[in-house]
Amino acid sequence: MNNTNKSNNWLFEITPKNKFFSLNLKEVWQYRDLLFLFVKRDVITVYKQTVLGPLWYLIQPLFTSVTFTIIFNNVAGINTGNVPPFLFNLAGITVWNYFTACLNGTSDTFKANASIFGKVYFPRIITPLSVVISNLIKFGIQFLIFIAFYIFYYFKGSDLTLNISLLFFPILIAVMGILGLGLGMLISSMVTKYRDFSYLITFGIQLLMYLSAVMYPMELIKQKMPEYAWIVAYNPLAYIIETSRYMLLNIGEISFSGLTYTLIFTIAAFIIGLLVFNKTEKSFIDTV
Amino acid sequence: MEKDIILKAENISKQYRLGQVGTGTLSHDLNRWWHQIRGKENPYLKIGDTNDRSTKGSSDYVWALQNINFEVERGQVLGIIGKNGAGKSTLLKILSKVTAPTTGSIKSRGRIASLLEVGTGFNGEMTGRENIFLNGAILGMTKKEITSKLDEIIEFSGCERYIDTPVKRYSSGMTVRLAFAVAAFLEPEILVIDEVLAVGDAEFQKKAIGKMQDISKGEGRTVLFVSHNMAAVKSLCTRGIILEHGKVAFEGDIENAVSYYLGGEAEAMNLKTFGKEHDLPVFKLNEISLYNLGQTSDDVLQENELIVLNTKIEIKAPEAERYHITYHLYNEMGEAMFSFSNAGSFTLKKGVNNIKCHFPKSFFQSGQYFLSLFIVEDSKQPIFVEKDIISFTVVDSGRELGTYMGREPGFIRPQFEWKLE
Repeated sequence: MNNTNKSNNWLFEITPKNKFFSLNLKEVWQYRDLLFLFVKRDVITVYKQTVLGPLWYLIQPLFTSVTFTIIFNNVAGINTGNVPPFLFNLAGITVWNYFTACLNGTSDTFKANASIFGKVYFPRIITPLSVVISNLIKFGIQFLIFIAFYIFYYFKGSDLTLNISLLFFPILIAVMGILGLGLGMLISSMVTKYRDFSYLITFGIQLLMYLSAVMYPMELIKQKMPEYAWIVAYNPLAYIIETSRYMLLNIGEISFSGLTYTLIFTIAAFIIGLLVFNKTEKSFIDTV
Repeated sequence: MEKDIILKAENISKQYRLGQVGTGTLSHDLNRWWHQIRGKENPYLKIGDTNDRSTKGSSDYVWALQNINFEVERGQVLGIIGKNGAGKSTLLKILSKVTAPTTGSIKSRGRIASLLEVGTGFNGEMTGRENIFLNGAILGMTKKEITSKLDEIIEFSGCERYIDTPVKRYSSGMTVRLAFAVAAFLEPEILVIDEVLAVGDAEFQKKAIGKMQDISKGEGRTVLFVSHNMAAVKSLCTRGIILEHGKVAFEGDIENAVSYYLGGEAEAMNLKTFGKEHDLPVFKLNEISLYNLGQTSDDVLQENELIVLNTKIEIKAPEAERYHITYHLYNEMGEAMFSFSNAGSFTLKKGVNNIKCHFPKSFFQSGQYFLSLFIVEDSKQPIFVEKDIISFTVVDSGRELGTYMGREPGFIRPQFEWKLE
C-alpha cells in the first residue's frame, strides 16, 4: 500500500544492463572538479623531478621536424612550395602529435586506471576527457613554438601569408580531439578483454602517420601514386592535417567534401566509442 | 511505524568465470552473442556452481552471489559478515557501482560513497594538500566542500607538518592517516566501508573508530560496514547480515548475527565423531573434540579461556601400554607449529580411553588451526596417520572498544610471568 507510492521515488537504481545510450551529463557536471584535478595532476606530475621540465614538450616535435626535413625534403626531395620545409613539417607534427597523444592516452584508460576504477565509482568518462584536455595544454605549448618559428621565418623573408580561415583552426583541433577520444574509448574498451589491441595500437599509429599526409601534401600522393591515393583519401586524419596546414601556412587546398566526411566520421566514432565505453565501464573490472 | 527504507537490494546475483580469460573467452562471447541476436537467453547464466572455494566445481562459471535480498533503514548501521570468499567484497563492489550485478537490482534513496580502500588515487608526486583535493574529488566531494573542511582534515590526520611535502616521502602510516582523514569527512547519505580499521597504530585506530561512531550514531548516517573484527562489528553495528557461499545465511540484530557467525563457524568443527573407517583391529577411534573448560564443544573457543582437547579412543589390542597418541599442530598457512603427545605422561589402558589435553588460558592466538593425529606403536612405529583430522577456530573474546583492534602477530600468545623488582 504505502510501498506503491514510495517505490517510485528512488534516487537511483543499480541494474545489470545499461540503457542503450546513457551519458549522464548531469553527473559528469557534478564531477567537474575531479576533471579539473585530473588535468592538473597530469600536467604537474610531468614536470616533477626533471631538469628541463616543460621543455621536454618542445624537444620532441623540434627534433622530429628536423629529422623529417632532412629525410623527406633534403634526401627524398618533397617540394613544399614557398613554405620552408621545416615549418611545413612542424605544423603537421604539432597537429598530429595532439591526435596521437589523445588516442594513446585514452586507449589505455581502463587498463591504467584499473586500481582506481576497482575501488570507487565516478563517471568513467572523466578520465579520457581529462586526457584530451591535458593534452590540449601540451598542444598549446607546442603550438607556441610553432608560432615562434613562424615569426622567425617571416622576418627572415620567407613568403608567408595568413589565411582568414585560421579563425576556424580551434574548431579543427576540437574535431581532432573528439576523434582521438572516440577512437580511444573504443579501443580502451576492447583492450580490457583482448590485450591484442594494445599491441596493435602502438605500431598502428606509426603506420597511420604515413597515411595521414603529415610530411607530404595530399596533392603529391595523387600525382605520384594515383592508384594508392584512395587510401589517403579515405583517411579522415589526412584532411585534418591538410586543412590545418592550409589554415596556418596558406598552402594546399581545402576539400569541403573531405571535411564533411571527416566530420561525419568523427561524430560516428565518438558515438560508437561512447556506447561501447558505457557498456564496458559497468563490468570491465571482472575481465581486466 | 512505517519503515524508512533507504536502500533495497532485490535478487542480486553475480556470476564470474573462473580460470584464465583467454582464447576460450572469444568462443563463449560469440556463442553468447549468437544466442542474443536470436532472442534467446544467455546460455551461461543457467549453469554455475555455488561459491565454495574449497571444493572443486563442475563448471567454469561460479555464482559469487546468489539471490541476495535485504533492506536498510535510514540511520541504520548494517554489518556484513562472512568468511573469506563468501561474497562480501563482491557485494560491496556492486553497492559502490564498481561492477554491475549479473541479475537483480539495488535501489537507493541516497548518495552512496564507498570506502573500499583508503587513499584511492593518491599520487606520490603530489603534496599532501594536493592529494586531499584529488582523493576527495575521487570520492565525490566538490572542491568547495573540501576547501571548507581542509583545516579539519589536516588536523584530524595529524600530518600538518608534512602537508606540503610529496606523499611519496610519507611513511605508510602517515599516508593511511591522511587518506582516512579525507574519507572521514565525506558526507553522503550512505557510507559503505570495507575493513579500513585494521590500519595505522593503536592511537589512530581509536580515533578512527570514534569517528565512525560519530558518523553513524551522532549524525544519523546510514552505514554498511564489512569486517572480520567481531569486536568492531559489535560496537558499531545495529544489524547484521551473514553471507555464506554467496547467499544470505542469517539476517537479524547484531548480537544474534555475531553469535550465529562464530557459532556456525565453529559448530561442526570442534567435535568430530568417527565411524567404520576408523575401526581398525588394534584400536577404534570414536571422537575428537575441543571446548573451553566448563563449556561444550558447541560453544565458540575463546582465546582467553582454558581449552581442552579430548580424544576418545578404544584400544582393542591386549598390550595397550605399547601405544600412544601424538598430535601435530598446523596453523592456517599449513606451517607446522609443534607436536605434542601423551607419551611420558601416562600409558593407555585396554578399552575406552578419554585422553584430555589442556591448553592453558591465553595460549592460542585467534585463528584457525589443524591437527594431525598419529597413533604410535612402541614409541617408534606410527600405525595410523591422518592429516588434518580436525580443525578448530579460536576467536578473540571481544576486547574493550578503544584498545587495539587488530590481530597481534604470531600464532600463540602465551601469558608469561612478569615481575617488577
